[in-house]
Amino acid sequence: MREVDVSLLSDAVYDMAARCCFILPDDFVNALKEARDVEDSPQGRTTLDLLLANLELSGEMEYPACQDTGMLVAWLEVGREVHFSGDPYEAIQDGVRRAYADHFLRKSVVGDPLRRVNTGDNTPCLVTTKLVEGDQVRIVLAAKGFGSENASQLKMLRPSDGVEGVLQFVLKTVNEAGPNACPPLVVGVGIGGTFDHAARVAKESLMRPIGSIHPDPYYAELEAAWLKRVNELGYGPQGYGGRTTAVAVHIAALPTHIAGLPVAVNINCHMTRHEERTL
Amino acid sequence: MSAKQIKTPLTPDIRRELKAGERVLLSGTIYAARDAAHMRFMESLSKGEALPFPIKDSIIYYVGPTPTRPGHVIGSAGPTTASRMDRFMPELLDLGLGATIGKGFRSQAVIDRMVDKEAVYFGAIGGLGALIAACIKEQEVIAYDELGAESCRRFEVEHMPLIVLVDSRGNNWYEDGPDEWKRRQKR
Repeated sequence: MREVDVSLLSDAVYDMAARCCFILPDDFVNALKEARDVEDSPQGRTTLDLLLANLELSGEMEYPACQDTGMLVAWLEVGREVHFSGDPYEAIQDGVRRAYADHFLRKSVVGDPLRRVNTGDNTPCLVTTKLVEGDQVRIVLAAKGFGSENASQLKMLRPSDGVEGVLQFVLKTVNEAGPNACPPLVVGVGIGGTFDHAARVAKESLMRPIGSIHPDPYYAELEAAWLKRVNELGYGPQGYGGRTTAVAVHIAALPTHIAGLPVAVNINCHMTRHEERTL
Repeated sequence: MSAKQIKTPLTPDIRRELKAGERVLLSGTIYAARDAAHMRFMESLSKGEALPFPIKDSIIYYVGPTPTRPGHVIGSAGPTTASRMDRFMPELLDLGLGATIGKGFRSQAVIDRMVDKEAVYFGAIGGLGALIAACIKEQEVIAYDELGAESCRRFEVEHMPLIVLVDSRGNNWYEDGPDEWKRRQKR
């Protein structure tokens, strides 16, 4: 057994939560720069220039890149040989609390969806836990903005709707999201499983690096084809018109029931804020 | 792209000159309010009370900034989704509201009412929080302090980068912009 002090986890969450609100992952920034180079709409180019300038300024860690500093979701992978000294879930919340206070981040979480009283410290972070082999702890943290979360959709299709039905649902979702979701987008598509697991893997797929190729060639091909279709919608950066409505479509597929074809489309805005650490 | 410089108050004469798709740099006084502040506006109006600022020809910016760091004027301050405030627009337009700043679609009913009143909808770029903060030179909470990020504030802005999304004739850049790009692809 390896003893892991939960204060390490708390400090990692503190560091990730703060950093991701100011500095976007390199793969995403590079995707924006590449989009800037191929964007043939003047409005689109100007918008991408401004977004890149905004990231330079936020990188100084004074002003968060976006005022919606999100609701946090985390994936905790725990090696079977790990023993935590203390409560790992409380440690995560503690890291969130400290990061949002010390770095002047917006507290955007209400404790109850109907009674809507702000929790005042941006907790809770919603945590999914997975047991894995080994003696390490890996944590992935994302600060999800709700302009794009609100534009996400889920539908239980029929098996006979097939791949074309899934594509049409993806296009419908992006079309209805349009400028509200703050393009350039990352589009996460969860297919199969059950109602809840389709949504789970759709969100998990948003954590994949931009430009990464799906390990299954069938889905790698669909991702490329669907990205092209999404970008034919012509919304472009911020919906002002242009080539870059999305920088990636990521698909995650799960085994499902003979009677079902669940599809969840989780949209991410151009604030693809996520970080990961291994302890 | 070149941008046109405009100053508040945004009189009908200035509004009529603005065209959908035009980039502008706005300077002057604007008022920050989002969901909760709008609900308070409606409560005040239903009781016959005045709004916290003179609304004629004024501009409302839909924003809920991050907390202000010591020594700064304000925190990150990009726009939020405008359509959530659509339901409040008829009353505010009737009182003379000149323009709104936000991001995302507006309902056709709101656009039609804007045309009646020659009002304008500006887009601020969603996720441009740090750059927009740098354009805000002064801020003051003028009402509903207890709402925190959702309080109503007065901002003095300088060269705030915006785009005209819906002009006073109802032209909608969210339709025209993508259409123009798609037409160009077919040529």
